[in-house]
Amino acid sequence: MSIYVTHPEAREIVFDFLSDYNDPSLLGAFWVTIKLTLLSGVGSLIWGTLLAAMRVSPVPLMRGFGTVYVNVVRNVPLTVIILFTSLGLADIFGVTMGSKVFETRDFRLAVLGLAAYTAAFVCEAIRSGINTVPLGQAEAARAIGLNFSQTLRLIVLPQAFRAVIGPLANVLIALTKNTTVAAAIGVAEAALLMKEMIENEAQTVLIGAVFAFGFVVLTLPTGLFLGWLSKRLAVKR
Amino acid sequence: MSSVLYDTPGPRAKRRNIVLSVVFVVLLAALLWWVWKTMDEKNQLEWSLWKPFTQSEAWSTYLWPGLANTLKAAALSMVIALPLGAAFGIARMSDHKWVRVPAGVVVEFFRAIPVLLLMLFANEFYVRSTGIPSDERPLYAVVTGLVLYNASVLAEVVRAGILALPKGQTEAAQAIGLRKGQTMTTILLPQAVTAMLPAIVSQLVVIVKDTALGGVMIGFTELLNSRSTLAAFYGNVIPSFVVVAIIFIVLNFALTSFASWLEKRLRRSKRSTGAVLGAEDMEELNPAATGGTFGTGAGGSI
Repeated sequence: MSIYVTHPEAREIVFDFLSDYNDPSLLGAFWVTIKLTLLSGVGSLIWGTLLAAMRVSPVPLMRGFGTVYVNVVRNVPLTVIILFTSLGLADIFGVTMGSKVFETRDFRLAVLGLAAYTAAFVCEAIRSGINTVPLGQAEAARAIGLNFSQTLRLIVLPQAFRAVIGPLANVLIALTKNTTVAAAIGVAEAALLMKEMIENEAQTVLIGAVFAFGFVVLTLPTGLFLGWLSKRLAVKR
Repeated sequence: MSSVLYDTPGPRAKRRNIVLSVVFVVLLAALLWWVWKTMDEKNQLEWSLWKPFTQSEAWSTYLWPGLANTLKAAALSMVIALPLGAAFGIARMSDHKWVRVPAGVVVEFFRAIPVLLLMLFANEFYVRSTGIPSDERPLYAVVTGLVLYNASVLAEVVRAGILALPKGQTEAAQAIGLRKGQTMTTILLPQAVTAMLPAIVSQLVVIVKDTALGGVMIGFTELLNSRSTLAAFYGNVIPSFVVVAIIFIVLNFALTSFASWLEKRLRRSKRSTGAVLGAEDMEELNPAATGGTFGTGAGGSI
């Protein structure tokens, strides 16, 4: 095998195998990766914010639940969670996520698992953001008579979110990379396609490089853009 | 009980908190009841499915060997990745551009790639280019993937650890006439390693969790992989998942607690410069502060 190919026809032969893969194609597989990232990203942001609110709430029971959830989920491998959504949730508990088609079902289960796992990290990021808001802000809010949810919604969280864009960007990038775990339950995303290709084609290094490049393309702009945004939106104190 | 975010509850707030607690308990109880009922219907609660875990056979045949392999892969990866990471971290701070830039590119590249891709590639590479016997290959592939990824994450930890030291340390070393290499090996690195210990232990949690990936995707017989063999033998899907999850939680919780104990102890210690790099610092590792790019593959701590 040689990848030192300059002649156009020879180059065509080297990349030829790509056209054998149509279900999904290379771009199709990366599109599934993007969909997994975005859907579970939104899900984990909502669930993570709720968890963070629980962890700082005046109701002891909710605080306890938040703490236990975060400590349990953070310490379990994502692979265990993803595998459980398929073998446990779907097969035993009958949670089919509204779809009888295996492909759709497994995709949705993967989103559920990724969101449940990532939410624990989102929660911790937001909680550390809440800690960066100066005490005076919350004290002033209480002094003018705002209650807990008003203080949190109107005063503290807006400032906290601006402070945690950087850490949340880290979580999003990690999530992008973590979507590859969905391959464990057969979701046809990038890593599964790579596994299939690399086992059947001769161009080991080329395939590895193509998929690696794909992930660099996905994560690099995200990191750069959110890094720029976090600096721009940082609360100047 | 008061916090910054809310006042000490008065009579109305107390009533509201009780109502909220009750609603929350009811919701939780409904969820638990549904879980219990479904498990009962699917016969997952039968004692015969849980009984194996009270006997030594299931542990000695499946769980202990699986856990041993998990720990073996994690320990090997950490031991190999640490010096490699230190080398790259130091190279990234070199005064010479031709050392600094390539080291930076390598670190950013491997941090940007999912560890699963590295494992799959290493596995296939070993199949085609080496004579490693097929029963040992998964271990090699898992360790290779984990080393490549975690060395690049640890390179950033090392760099942050060295940069976290007070500037006076370098200046004092220069003042007594130490050379750059001497400053690094005798002054900065020893202190940085101490400061990094909590972050390194936290990274061990990430490594332990990532070994499970090798179990499912390339057939490495670690804990999660042993679970499926076990479940196939005893037919206990849910119980086996519960037990394996508990083992992971206990192991990782112990590591996390150890890391934060270490962090607290180091922060209290009078003999150090007080520079400590904890798990929290790693998650918030500010690229601007460490002079890095907001790169591709931050988020090494998840």
